[in-house]
Amino acid sequence: MINFGFSINKPRTIDIDRNNLRKSNEILREMPELQTCIGCGTCTATCTAGNLTDFNFRKVHTQVRRGEYQGVYEELNKCMLCGKCRMLCPRGINTRGVVMLIKRKLGDF
Amino acid sequence: MKHVIVIGGGIAGMQCARELLHEGVAVTILEKEADTGGKLRQWHKLFPTLTPADEVLSEIRNRLKLSPNLTIKTGCEATKVSPKCVTLSTGEQLECDAVVVATGFDLFDARVKEEYGYGIYDNVITSADLEQMFNRGEVRLTGGGKPRRIAILHCVGSRDEKVNQRHCSKVCCVTGVKQAIELKVLFPEADVFNFYMDIRMFGPGYEEMYREAQHRYNVHFVRGRISEVSPTIDGRLQIKAEDTLTGRPLKMGIDMLVLLVGMRAGKINEKLTAECNLKCQESGFMQPRDSFLHNVESNVGGVFYAGAVTAPKNVGESINEATSAAHAVVEWLNRR
Repeated sequence: MINFGFSINKPRTIDIDRNNLRKSNEILREMPELQTCIGCGTCTATCTAGNLTDFNFRKVHTQVRRGEYQGVYEELNKCMLCGKCRMLCPRGINTRGVVMLIKRKLGDF
Repeated sequence: MKHVIVIGGGIAGMQCARELLHEGVAVTILEKEADTGGKLRQWHKLFPTLTPADEVLSEIRNRLKLSPNLTIKTGCEATKVSPKCVTLSTGEQLECDAVVVATGFDLFDARVKEEYGYGIYDNVITSADLEQMFNRGEVRLTGGGKPRRIAILHCVGSRDEKVNQRHCSKVCCVTGVKQAIELKVLFPEADVFNFYMDIRMFGPGYEEMYREAQHRYNVHFVRGRISEVSPTIDGRLQIKAEDTLTGRPLKMGIDMLVLLVGMRAGKINEKLTAECNLKCQESGFMQPRDSFLHNVESNVGGVFYAGAVTAPKNVGESINEATSAAHAVVEWLNRR
C-alpha cells in the first residue's frame, strides 16, 4: 500500500467529561492550597530543571487538576526538589510538597 | 431657598439628596421607575461581606427622612438638562439652581452575545437573573433539578470590541467570585468553574474572598474565555474554551451557565451628550471635568455627577461619590 503520509491526529482538547477527576480531586483534598494557584509562573521562572529542560511545573500541575495524567509522573521526575519555587510562590503553596504528592498519587500511571 | 434637582433615585441619587437636604437645600428627585432604589432593588447580597442589598437600601431610604423640602417624582424621565431647568418627558419644565445627574448605568443585554445562547437555550442566565433567583430562594434548573456542574463566565459585554464595550466593568469579577461561593453553599456537591480573562480584585477584602473561594469552597478557575455554547443531546449545555494555562482547548458539559453581564453607559447619556452640551467618554459614560479634583463636576457649571453615570462603580463608591457631589453642589451654590 502506498503511504501518502496522512495520519489521524489525537484530539488535543481536554474533555472534562471523559477525564477521570478522581485522582485530581484526591490531590486537591489533601492539599487544598494548590487550588489557590493564580498561574503567575514564578515557580517555573525560577525552576532549575525548567531552565535546563522543557519542564514546566505550573503547566504540569494545571494538567493534573484537569484530569490529564498521561506522562505527568515522568515529567515530574525532572524536578530535583531544590525548593526554590516554594520560596517564591506568592500564594505560599508548598510546591515541593505538591510535586511529591502528585508523584505519590500518580505512581501507577 | 435654593433648589437642586437630582436625576435618578438610585443609591447615588438618594444619598446625594440626603446630604443636600442636610445642608438646607430643597431637593427634587426624578425617578423613571415606579419606585426609588434603582438597580439595588433587584440585588440579593453585596460583596465581599455578603451584606443583604436590602439592608443597605433601607438604611439609605431611612436616612432620607421625608422632609418638607424633598419632592420625589417617580415614573418621570428627564429629557433635557441645563443648570437652571430640567425638562420632563411630559413636557413639564422644572426650574432649579443646580442639577445632579445620577442616572447610573444600563446592564449589558446578554442576547447580543448570541454565541452564549442567552434567551435561546435553557439554563443560560445572567448574574442579575441569579441574584433574583437567590432573592426568590429558588435556584434550580429549568426542569426543576439541581445543577451538578455550573460555569460562570466573566466579561460578558466588557473588554469586548465586538460589542463596542472596551471598558472593564470592574464589579463583575468580584460578583462572579461571590456568586460562585453562594452557589457552592447552596449546592456543595456541584462543581463550579469560573472562566476568566483576568481576575480583578481591586477592593479591600476582595482578594481575600477570591482566595477563600479557591481554598475553602473548591471553586475552579480556568483562565480562558468561553467561545461558544451548544446544547447536548441529553439536554445539557456544552462549552468550549481554551485552558490558556495548559495551552490546550477544553470542553465540558454543564448544567447551568451564568453570564457576568457588564455595566454599559446608560441610554440617557446619548441624549445628555447630543442635546445638553455635556461630554461623554469613548465608553459612553459621562466625562467628569477631570479625574482627580473635579470628578463629580461636569463640563457645564451647575451640572454635577454622582455614581455610575461616569464609570462602573460599586455600591460603596457610588455612595461616597454622592456625598462628594452634594458638597460640590453646596460649594457652587454658595459662590453664587
